[in-house]
Amino acid sequence: MSHHIVEARDLEFTYPDRTPALQKVSFKIHHGESVAVVGANGAGKSTLLLHLNGYLTPSAGQVRIGDYPLTRETLREVRRTVGMVFHDPDDQLFMSTVFDDVAFGPLNLNLPAEEVAARVDKALATVGLSDLRERPPHRLSSGQKRRVAIASVLSMSPDILVMDEPTSGLDPRARRQLIELLAGFKHSKIIATHDLDMVVDICERTIVMHDGRIRADGPTPEIFADAELLESCRLEKPLRMQGCPVCGSAPDHRPPTIG
Amino acid sequence: MTDRISRAFYDIGRLEIIAGRDSFVHRLDPRAKLLVTVFFIIAVVSFDRYAVAGLVPFFLYPAAIIGLAGLPVGYLFRKLLIVSPFVICIGIFNPFLDLEIMVNLGPLAVSGGWVSFTSLILRFSLTIGAALILIATTGFPKVCMALEKLGAPRILAVQLLLLYRYLFVLIEESIRMIRAHALRSCSRRRPAFRVYTQLLGNLLLRTLDRAERIHLAMLSRAFTSEIRTVRRFTFGRAELLFTLTAAAAFLLFRTIPVAELLGGLILEISL
Repeated sequence: MSHHIVEARDLEFTYPDRTPALQKVSFKIHHGESVAVVGANGAGKSTLLLHLNGYLTPSAGQVRIGDYPLTRETLREVRRTVGMVFHDPDDQLFMSTVFDDVAFGPLNLNLPAEEVAARVDKALATVGLSDLRERPPHRLSSGQKRRVAIASVLSMSPDILVMDEPTSGLDPRARRQLIELLAGFKHSKIIATHDLDMVVDICERTIVMHDGRIRADGPTPEIFADAELLESCRLEKPLRMQGCPVCGSAPDHRPPTIG
Repeated sequence: MTDRISRAFYDIGRLEIIAGRDSFVHRLDPRAKLLVTVFFIIAVVSFDRYAVAGLVPFFLYPAAIIGLAGLPVGYLFRKLLIVSPFVICIGIFNPFLDLEIMVNLGPLAVSGGWVSFTSLILRFSLTIGAALILIATTGFPKVCMALEKLGAPRILAVQLLLLYRYLFVLIEESIRMIRAHALRSCSRRRPAFRVYTQLLGNLLLRTLDRAERIHLAMLSRAFTSEIRTVRRFTFGRAELLFTLTAAAAFLLFRTIPVAELLGGLILEISL
């Protein structure tokens, strides 16, 4: 595959209890792009993410990953291509040691043992946790868990990273480290989040969802400059784009520095 | 109540920290330790119900391992005490049912019931102690993996692993729920039965939700239906030596009445 695109075409989804969650959702994401999916609670962000690796099947429309449409036959290949990092690391880290957890994906891909070990080492080194490999996941801090969850996905060499609220529940320092880590990745990234300041840091493009529809899709600075749009979608400007409430100084409109 | 649950919770954590230490015993392949523990338990359980003296030499094994691995004796002993009521309940009627005099210790006549009760307590301390020592030097997950490598059904090993992993999550979740209840029910010390059933039901629903999310996480990492782990154990010379020495010692203790021989020897010398 030369160009990894995620494409949603007129995606619709209704939960079994007849709650419509997605309506006519269409977008294309190009290779190497970093896209934020923002929206109020219940806007349909998580439901959308669950379509991207085929956990939910759309009621209508189609998802295409790379050159494949997402169907039962391509599911395996798609799940290797799309690395999904879940909201709660406790759901994602189900094995009894960090090593086993990070090795879980590569082993399922039927890779030989040496290759699995090499991939685990590399993934753990990338997130900076090589020395925790034999530790049980429940003994880690939230920030460490989150990074192990990312390593467990990286070890499968995905082309696309899909993340649900990667910075929630982290202390400021751990959040900053995570943002730096993510900014260093060359993968295409799709990040659903409420942390709009992180979006300013790592996503050049933002999709705004509201009531199961895409309300806006464009360059991040433009989206966050549109006060009316944000207001109508129950969102607020990133803190650094608001004036300082203490000293009253003007907001910071400089382009984000990454890394 | 929350307080007590959390304390029990941190206690499991302590066992895990002990298991994470480094020593000759800790470094041995889990399979060797599991095999030795199984041999030990079989040897101890195979004595007849009135055996007391024959069991005594077996205390050498836990003593040796505790010494070699530097395990905290007091902690392990407290763990034994926690489980002891079960055994005492099972054995407590022996002295009342079996009244035949078996041993005369000077003026004290000891009935068969008391002898078998003592034997039961000894056997309980030895077997549960050995299991505790196994976990304290190996860690529960590795014991499960060793079980699987030694031919136990894979599904059993995986279930045990997942059970252990999510035990902590489940306990934390229950602690949060009970705490939330306690903070809003000032007068009552424990939840009323009706509230209790609701708490439990809620916990079950949360667990089901989580199970679904875990399955989702597994699926997104190309899970088919089999959980695989990399084999990282080596059964080398040290393991072989450990297993054979221990097995030989247990066989010796089991077949030769070491305690009686020693007793006889001491008597001979002193006479």
